[in-house]
Amino acid sequence: MRSMALTNERIQERLVEKFGDQLTGFEEPYGLLTFIAPKALNLKILQFLYDDAELGFRFLTTLCAVHYPDMPGNQLAIVYHLHNLKDNVRIRFKVFTPVSEPDIFTATNLYATANWMERETYDFFGVNFVGHPNLKRILNVDEMDYFPMLKQYPLEDGTRIDKDDAMFGR
Amino acid sequence: MARPVQYNVKNEGGKPIQVVDSPAGYGGEGFFTAKLSDVVGLARKNSLWPLPFATSCCGIEFMATMGSHYDLARFGAERVGFSPRQCDLLMVMGTIAKKMGPVLRQVYLQMAEPRWVLSMGACASSGGIFDTYSVLQGIDQIIPVDVYIPGCPPRPEAVLDGFMKIQDLVGKESIRRRTGEKYKELMESYGIQ
Repeated sequence: MRSMALTNERIQERLVEKFGDQLTGFEEPYGLLTFIAPKALNLKILQFLYDDAELGFRFLTTLCAVHYPDMPGNQLAIVYHLHNLKDNVRIRFKVFTPVSEPDIFTATNLYATANWMERETYDFFGVNFVGHPNLKRILNVDEMDYFPMLKQYPLEDGTRIDKDDAMFGR
Repeated sequence: MARPVQYNVKNEGGKPIQVVDSPAGYGGEGFFTAKLSDVVGLARKNSLWPLPFATSCCGIEFMATMGSHYDLARFGAERVGFSPRQCDLLMVMGTIAKKMGPVLRQVYLQMAEPRWVLSMGACASSGGIFDTYSVLQGIDQIIPVDVYIPGCPPRPEAVLDGFMKIQDLVGKESIRRRTGEKYKELMESYGIQ
């Protein structure tokens, strides 16, 4: 039995010990430890968090992307949520990539569950997960020719002709 | 002791029993003549086999409609089939995503003529609140629809009303309609056949 619970401070200490000042932006919104990492390090960080006996983040809760059109060079954030099931501790980290070059290493070799999550992230944001075994659309129709969650695309269906814009305040 | 079931046996309670009216025709002792289309329509409309294509909350309302309180069986439609080849009435109930579109169309194509389509609720009829890139803005973009039921979701009474509208259409349909030019045109406008 573990004598001391795994605290956010301890996790941050171990991460900084391993990766130094490459990790930035540590914060704890609602008690959830969050940080930002360079995109080239994403697999190394995941592997370390997975392998380390004390940290033991063996469960990938979710993975998704966020589009920030106003941040040139960092328009796409890929967010990983990890869970240590033994100590019931969660953490989150983000990597940023330009939307013109959305390449990032796949996590499928570490987490089998990343397979569908990365397909979904590709489907909606166009993130290219390098090394993914089957990177194709998962939720949208196969014929779709754009990535609908990028903010330059309208949410509404373009085929409607019965809507009077004035009635919707547009 | 009187039988507890009184309405469908001898009508001992004196309650009015409603029997479907016979079609217009000429009858005497032991025979009856009428138009074939009337007789066929009468048979069809009182023995529709619905195929429920339920994808969301409208499907839940439909389950209530099938239950004992509202009881769609009163209209000769208790035999809900889940194989398109045996059913007459496709009931589309719920949001149809664009990815589901070809599936719905396939189900429709597998049904044998004569076939009818009932679109239940705002989503199936028009996309409803889901005016978004991933949702079909009304199933009539891919298959012809006979009756639309408004509501979000419609109450079971509205489903029954829609079903009775379908019965009207079925009962009055000419037996030549499905082979006519107009029907062919309709099918061709949807790229069928």
